[in-house]
Formats: sequence, C-alpha cells, structure tokens
Amino acid sequence: MELGDKVLKGHIRSIGKAISCIENNRPEKEQLIDYLYPFCGKAEVIGVTGSPGAGKSTLVDKLIKRERKLGKKVGIIAVDPSSPFSGGAILGDRLRMQNHASDDDVYIRSMASRGHLGGIATATADAIKIFDAAGFDLIIIETIGVGQTEIEVMDLADLVLLVLVPGMGDEIQALKAGIMEIGDIYVINKKDHDGAQKLYAEVEYVLNINQSENDKEKNPIILTSANLDEGIDDLVKCYRDYFKYIRCNNILEEKRKKRIVNEINHIFTEKIISEVNQFLHIEKKINQWVKNILHEKVGPYTLINKKIEQFIKEFKEQ
Amino acid sequence: MTDIVRILIAKPGLDGHDRGAKYIARALKENGYEVIYTGLRQTPESIVKTAIQEDVNYIGLSLLSGAHNELFPQVIDLLKKNEADDIVVFGGGVIPEDDIASLMEKGVKAIFTPGTSIKEVISFIENNEKKNK
Repeated sequence: MELGDKVLKGHIRSIGKAISCIENNRPEKEQLIDYLYPFCGKAEVIGVTGSPGAGKSTLVDKLIKRERKLGKKVGIIAVDPSSPFSGGAILGDRLRMQNHASDDDVYIRSMASRGHLGGIATATADAIKIFDAAGFDLIIIETIGVGQTEIEVMDLADLVLLVLVPGMGDEIQALKAGIMEIGDIYVINKKDHDGAQKLYAEVEYVLNINQSENDKEKNPIILTSANLDEGIDDLVKCYRDYFKYIRCNNILEEKRKKRIVNEINHIFTEKIISEVNQFLHIEKKINQWVKNILHEKVGPYTLINKKIEQFIKEFKEQ
Repeated sequence: MTDIVRILIAKPGLDGHDRGAKYIARALKENGYEVIYTGLRQTPESIVKTAIQEDVNYIGLSLLSGAHNELFPQVIDLLKKNEADDIVVFGGGVIPEDDIASLMEKGVKAIFTPGTSIKEVISFIENNEKKNK
C-alpha cells in the first residue's frame, strides 16, 4: 500500500493526504487504517480541553516548545467547530502555533468538527493513528472550545489537561458533573488575572471532596500563564510524572483497552446501522413512517418495534 | 459524498492589515469551505509547509505591502519544489493592474483587487472544482 508506506516513512505530504482520506471517509480509509494499525501504540496522547478562549492553543504552543527541546516529534490535531448552516469552518487554532511552522518535527493539523458533537471530530481517532504510525512521539489533541458535556477527548487521550480560567462562576460550577470530572490534570490558566487564586482554591476544594487520602491518586492542579510563558515547566513535569505513574500502575493499559472497547462498539454500531438502513430501505420509507405517526397517530415506539420484528423475521428467512 | 474543499488564507510579508483576509475567510466559511487562517507576517516557507500539512486545495494570499511580485512567485516555486503544485494559488490585496499579467504567468491562478465582489471569488473556486471532476 503506497500511501500507507509513505506515512510510515513520515512523508509529510502523505500524512496530510492520509488524514484527508479519513476526514472525507473515502472508501480506502479502512484499508489504510488497518495497514497502519500494527505500527500504532508507541505515541503518548495528551488531550487539551476547556472553554472557548481559555488559552488552549497558546498553551499547546508552549508545550510544543518544551517537547521540541527534549527532541520529541510532536503532532497536533486542533479541532474547531463546523458551521451548522453551511458546513464550512474557520480553523484558527494554528495561528497561535505558527512559531513552529518551519520545524519539520512539528506537524499541526486543523480539523473541523463536521457535525460531530463531542468536542472532537469523527476523524480525530483515526488521525491519531496516522501520527502514531508516522513516528510522532507525542500527539496533542486540542478540542473545540467546550461547554459542560463535550467530553469525548477522554476516550482518545492517555491523559487530559482541563484548562480553566478565572471568571467562570462559583465553586458550584466546579462541583457539577461532566467536563469538571474528566481532567487528569487541572490547569488554571491566566494566573495573572484576578480570581485565579480563588479558582485554584475552589477546584482544590471540589477535588478534595471525593478524592482518596492517597496523594498519588490526587489530580494535580497547576497554575499557568500560557501567554507569559509561566508555569509551563511545572505543567510539563507534572504530566511527565503522571505518565510514569499511569504506566507503572497499569492505568494506561486499562485506558487503552477501554479505548479499543469503545472503538469496537462504535465501528460495529455504525456498520450495523448502515446494513439495516440498506436492508429496510429506510431512506425511501421514512416519509411514509412520518405520515403513519403524524396522521394515523401510530406511536413511534409501536411503529419502530413492528418494523424491527419484521426485519428480524425477514433476516431469518434469508 | 464529495470531499470538503480546504483553503488556506495566508498573509505573507510585513503589512499588518488583515481585514480583507478575515472578510474573505468568513465568506468562504459561509459558502461551506473549511478555511485555515494563519495570521500576519508569514514567510513563503511557512505558508507552503502549512498548506502541505493541512492538505489544502487552495492558497489565498493577501498582501497590501507591495511585495507581491517577490512573495507570490516564491510561494509558487516552493510548492513546485515540494511536489505540491497541484495546490491552486490565488491572490488579493493592493496589486496594480500592470503586475497582474506577470503574476498569472508565473502560476497565480487569479488576482482579486479591492472592490471585487465575494461572488467572483466563490465562482472562481466553484468553476475550478467543476473542472477537477
């Protein structure tokens, strides 16, 4: 496989083409991924998430700088939202990272969410595999600016940096379910702004409510100012230690196993749905079903259950 | 499903005026294209590297400083060197009429000067996409 071989050699143009192939869901996508799969699993994957304007891109820029000093090859996938109206997008994350544009060992790929709602794009998971197979040591996924429930990055990353900034509400916000639970490391950015210390205290308080006595299991909180390049060395040391800890305690292995479970479920469901759609010709029949529900007052559950029964019967007869 | 067209809007050179670039970026987004915007003061090298990493179909160069005769051809040459000259380059900004022919000769596929309606830019891309099919 020509494209796959070039990706394995780290050929920049081919990596770009391979990611486009995935993004556009071209027919050769599955073969490409399975060809590269045996070469995956070496890279470390960090997710960076947080609200819009929290400073994620600027922070990632500073992390790249540190990792490059250590000689690591870094791949970045920066996701921004697609327009729900036109399908277009403005991908502006790399604007903050253009310092690295002439460095051959930094590959930045902007990705539009293309209708996917979890804070990442459908193509993100497979794009990680492309970078991994191409020999990148560290892969950073920057999510879209998220709200409270866009948490899918936790299913892709080995560890998640949750970037918080002062001025987002009181400690009750920090206590809520969803995004506040997915950080492995909590980064309080813009530490030079008013309220940063207060936010630190609130997050510490909330994390302490349900955390164990064991210091090792506590999620660290780091204060940074990405813009002023402060606190970044602490953060890098912190996630390096965290990587060591999760590697030694099989936590990383468990996370990666869970990732495969999710992946199997995801691919399986998608394939089954498309098979069923084809078998039942749902696209052709959907208007009739709408009429049944709207005019004949058939309940949606009754209708669907009947269709599924019929499907199973026909399927068995085949 | 057809592939979504990706366009890099880049500002080479030293001028600090990016209203035009932002305007065009936004208009392209509203027409369903994915636009990568790199910000001010990019070198031809960084523009070409970005275009290749992002696997764009088009590069739109916006320049108001007067260095277009040097920088636009440099971008074209670097694309050739990197075997990426299938990427279509168009330009915009303050570009005198007299310079347009020579830029086109060097490989810039279209030049849009101030006052161009956004429809012209969109139909340039649409027509080009039709040709590719």
